[in-house]
Amino acid sequence: MSVQITCKDAALGYENRIVAEHLNFTVSSGDYLCILGENGSGKSTLMKALLGLKPQVSGEIICAHQGIGYLPQQTVVQRDFPASVQEIVRSGCLGKSGLRPFYTKEEKALAAQMMQQLGITELAKRCYRDLSGGQQQRVLLARALCAAKNMLLLDEPVTGLDPRAQNELYEQIAALNRSGITIIMVSHDVAAALQYASHILQIGSKQQLFYGTADEYKNSRIGKAFLESGGAEIE
Amino acid sequence: MNNLAKLADYFVNYPFVRYAFVVGLLIALCASLLGVTLVLKRFSFIGDGLSHVAFGAMAVAAVTGLTNKMIIVLPVTVLSAILLLRTGQNTKIKGDAAVAMISVGALAVGYMLMNVFPSSSNISGDVCSTLFGSTSILTLRKSDVALCVVMAVIVILMFLLFYHKIFAVTFDESFAQASGIPANGYNLLIAVITSMIIVLAMNLVGSLLISALIIFPALSAMRLFRSFRSVIICSAVISVICAGAGIILSILFSTPVGSTIVVADMVVFFLFSLIARCKGGSKA
Repeated sequence: MSVQITCKDAALGYENRIVAEHLNFTVSSGDYLCILGENGSGKSTLMKALLGLKPQVSGEIICAHQGIGYLPQQTVVQRDFPASVQEIVRSGCLGKSGLRPFYTKEEKALAAQMMQQLGITELAKRCYRDLSGGQQQRVLLARALCAAKNMLLLDEPVTGLDPRAQNELYEQIAALNRSGITIIMVSHDVAAALQYASHILQIGSKQQLFYGTADEYKNSRIGKAFLESGGAEIE
Repeated sequence: MNNLAKLADYFVNYPFVRYAFVVGLLIALCASLLGVTLVLKRFSFIGDGLSHVAFGAMAVAAVTGLTNKMIIVLPVTVLSAILLLRTGQNTKIKGDAAVAMISVGALAVGYMLMNVFPSSSNISGDVCSTLFGSTSILTLRKSDVALCVVMAVIVILMFLLFYHKIFAVTFDESFAQASGIPANGYNLLIAVITSMIIVLAMNLVGSLLISALIIFPALSAMRLFRSFRSVIICSAVISVICAGAGIILSILFSTPVGSTIVVADMVVFFLFSLIARCKGGSKA
């Protein structure tokens, strides 16, 4: 169990406005960390910090930014984007290619392997915008895996999916986790977080409210309060 | 047949007709390549804004009496492209408002300068030809053609070299950035190439119609094709064919070159939309 991310008393935000501070947690390989919190609690800023896009204001975040595969939220641009599944999955390999203008055989093979793993090989030539929401998320997962093989950062991946597709996606992610991939997921869905995650990090009103394993969370005061409210108000 | 013979005669006997073809087709090709990215990134309006800036710069160049107007027009347009992209990320003035502001401002300043310091007796003629292209493509000198070919080759090379990165940045900027691609750098590259194309295309269709050259082929291609590569290829083919047809028709029927090309692009767009609708109808 090697430690992949260490966050020591980190404060995040902008020069004159701190969004979240006193963040302390670690992520070891094979963990499934769920980050819970209300809108505006600094979840997305934390994600940017983990990806190395936005440096922390103070404190320390130790992680290999390039080693994280990222699944961002869908944008408007993507909904009617003419691109084949294969083109999208392969684009995950681009981060390491520098100025080389084409894909190598290994990269193509990697993309094919990831499509196989996520069961979307037969969709390779299909157009992204014709796929169902769940299929689209699988495509983006495959792309993220091409970028980094051992850690995924997912930003509210089930948003906009119907319940069945949500469950399938959660199972898929859990399967990836069992195969040894570290998962960090930002989510609103407390029930799913407790069902699948090994660790929970909850942030709210500028500070860290909880960090620990999922079992500890269930028995903690804050976890109970959060569960009793049904997590409804975090939507 | 008579028309064809006339055309062949033009082509063999008048070098400026050949020049017009070379320049027209190259510009159309470049514009369509970038067009797909611009349309998908919701940047179509930037092309429009930049073309107005180019008009303003052209007016300044005309007033100062420079023989080579490119010296002013190109840097000013490139600079505005960079500025527009930066304001897109700034929240104080929203991107679309910034574009509207800069483009209308440049248009006004340009027209005023041309009126206050008239460089020729026919101001409205000058303005009209800068805005709508007129026949200046038929009066190209060898040096203009050479400049155009060089710039076009640069644009096409850049596009081929960075094709995959441009795709990644267009499809998903945040992922591209997270996986280590300098997305802002590529946005800048796209902006610079766009402004180069716009300056080039001013000769062909004039500054008001450039957007058409950029967006129509891309939109037509997107009606029918469903992968990024096929859209790019189709849009390039459409654009080149339309430009070729437009130039030929304008010579045969002595219509303005720019608007003839744009009309050809529009016809193709409606045709493709119709085909897409028929196909969609039979599928559903």
